[in-house]
Amino acid sequence: MSMTAKQTNHRLSKAVTSIEPSGIRKFFELASTMEDCISLGVGEPDFVTPWSVREACMTSLEQGYTAYTANAGLLELRMAISDYMEDAFDVTYRPEEEIIVTVGASEAIDLAVRATVDPGDEVLVVTPSFVSYSPLITLAGATPVPVLTDSSTNFKLTAERLEEAITERSRAIILSFPNNPTGAVMTKAELEVVAHVIQKHDLLVFSDEIYAELSYDEPHTAFSSIKDMKDRTILINGFSKAFAMTGWRLGFVCAPNDITEAMLKIHQYSLMCAPTQAQHGALEALRSGGDEVKKMVESYYSRRNYIVNSLNEIGLSCHMPGGSFYAFPSIEATGMDDQTFAEKLLLEEKVAVVPGSVFGEGGEGHVRCSYATGMKQLQTAVERIERFVKRHTKTNPPS
Amino acid sequence: MSKEQETRLLRILEQNGRIDTEVLAKMLDEDEETVIQTIKRLEDEHVILSYAAVINWNKVEQESQVAAMIDVKVTPQRGVGFDEVANRIQRFPEVSALYLMSGTYDLSVMVEGQTMEGVARFVSDKLSTLDAVLSTTTHFRLKKYKHDGIVFGEDEKDRRMVVSP
Repeated sequence: MSMTAKQTNHRLSKAVTSIEPSGIRKFFELASTMEDCISLGVGEPDFVTPWSVREACMTSLEQGYTAYTANAGLLELRMAISDYMEDAFDVTYRPEEEIIVTVGASEAIDLAVRATVDPGDEVLVVTPSFVSYSPLITLAGATPVPVLTDSSTNFKLTAERLEEAITERSRAIILSFPNNPTGAVMTKAELEVVAHVIQKHDLLVFSDEIYAELSYDEPHTAFSSIKDMKDRTILINGFSKAFAMTGWRLGFVCAPNDITEAMLKIHQYSLMCAPTQAQHGALEALRSGGDEVKKMVESYYSRRNYIVNSLNEIGLSCHMPGGSFYAFPSIEATGMDDQTFAEKLLLEEKVAVVPGSVFGEGGEGHVRCSYATGMKQLQTAVERIERFVKRHTKTNPPS
Repeated sequence: MSKEQETRLLRILEQNGRIDTEVLAKMLDEDEETVIQTIKRLEDEHVILSYAAVINWNKVEQESQVAAMIDVKVTPQRGVGFDEVANRIQRFPEVSALYLMSGTYDLSVMVEGQTMEGVARFVSDKLSTLDAVLSTTTHFRLKKYKHDGIVFGEDEKDRRMVVSP
């Protein structure tokens, strides 16, 4: 249906016609019609934004803060972001010149790509990863080139894989650790190895660190904190995941001044500024949200352990993801492909998971299970998945 | 089990005292036997004192209760401070909680009873007549909105879309 529409609709640009709608949409449509469905398909926290943040936003409205802010965002907020980046990740960015408040981390990714790549350039994308990267690169006229990660390295990027994917047209690489959907994190030492290759080939780095706070086993390393990397890194972060503020659409980007200047041009012409109310909320989140973040992280931590241990017990082998709030088990044991598995699981047991292949190459044979869901729901989901897997796994004859 | 893990275990139990040890073990990434032993030890050491349910009695017919918070000023006694009088007060079965406070009064006494008269009688007959008690101020509780971190009545619903990137 969409194929024929694509071929005949001359009103649409070639660029937009060349990209597919997100594979997640199909599942959303199927799952949303189902009653009593337990969803492990949600890519956002199950917490509501902390009350003090909501309250600060309401107060800003009461006080009449309804005008535009500076293009780059409230200076007060950028100062708070600068302090936060320094305290939490030991990287220093000047609030006046090196930080832009964006409409979600998604806008920040778009800005980073559009400000730095030209048609014909190749941008390396670590896959499996968030669904937006490749389409945004394509829309900017450049070519996304996947760099595969797999379960043999717990979905960490290796220098060898990176070297293999680099050509003379490679311009930049999108890193995304902690990763959606694999939950992979990279230690400082592992990032340093990759940084060496990046330096050698003179690549820019778009480092999407939206899940930075959700790193469970060791503190997160900001890519720009690695020696010699700051000047080639566009660091992307935001409030959605850590502070449970997805609907507020508020992110930020930190980069060297020549790049923020370029990004700011696109931002000011397309969006003017991020919503003022959301910026006031975000300011409060940075001032007082720390304890709430800690509580949420603690809760994700034990749910991660629960679901990963349960999935392994059921026979869906799964590495212990170091960050984000996703488990990414292999469904090989069932002999199904990931699309079939997800569809059947939804129809037969009313549990929604997302097929790994929608997150790009390397995702096939896996499903993404979000554990940003209450323990009671998770337990029921595990029971249902267990029943499903038992029914669909051929029992091997005893050897 | 490390101290850090032990604290985690206690936090989880504080939220849900009825949790299965098998589930608890998975949440902590420990084996079940270790978890069972640790809980037993924490019980023996009186770190875990009891497992209670939080109940909305308003939803249970004919089980209405009245509760009052009483601010009590007392004369501390040489050598034992507030402990002796506190010890006497806490023994009354009507007293559900007792705290030593800073500020304008000394002891905060939480009393629960079947009727308002019952509570009033406790205050006038039992509490006020203690030698060390100088004065009492009784506040009756009118409505419970939140108790032990749990919101009574409608909590916030999950408003998320079922599948999102």
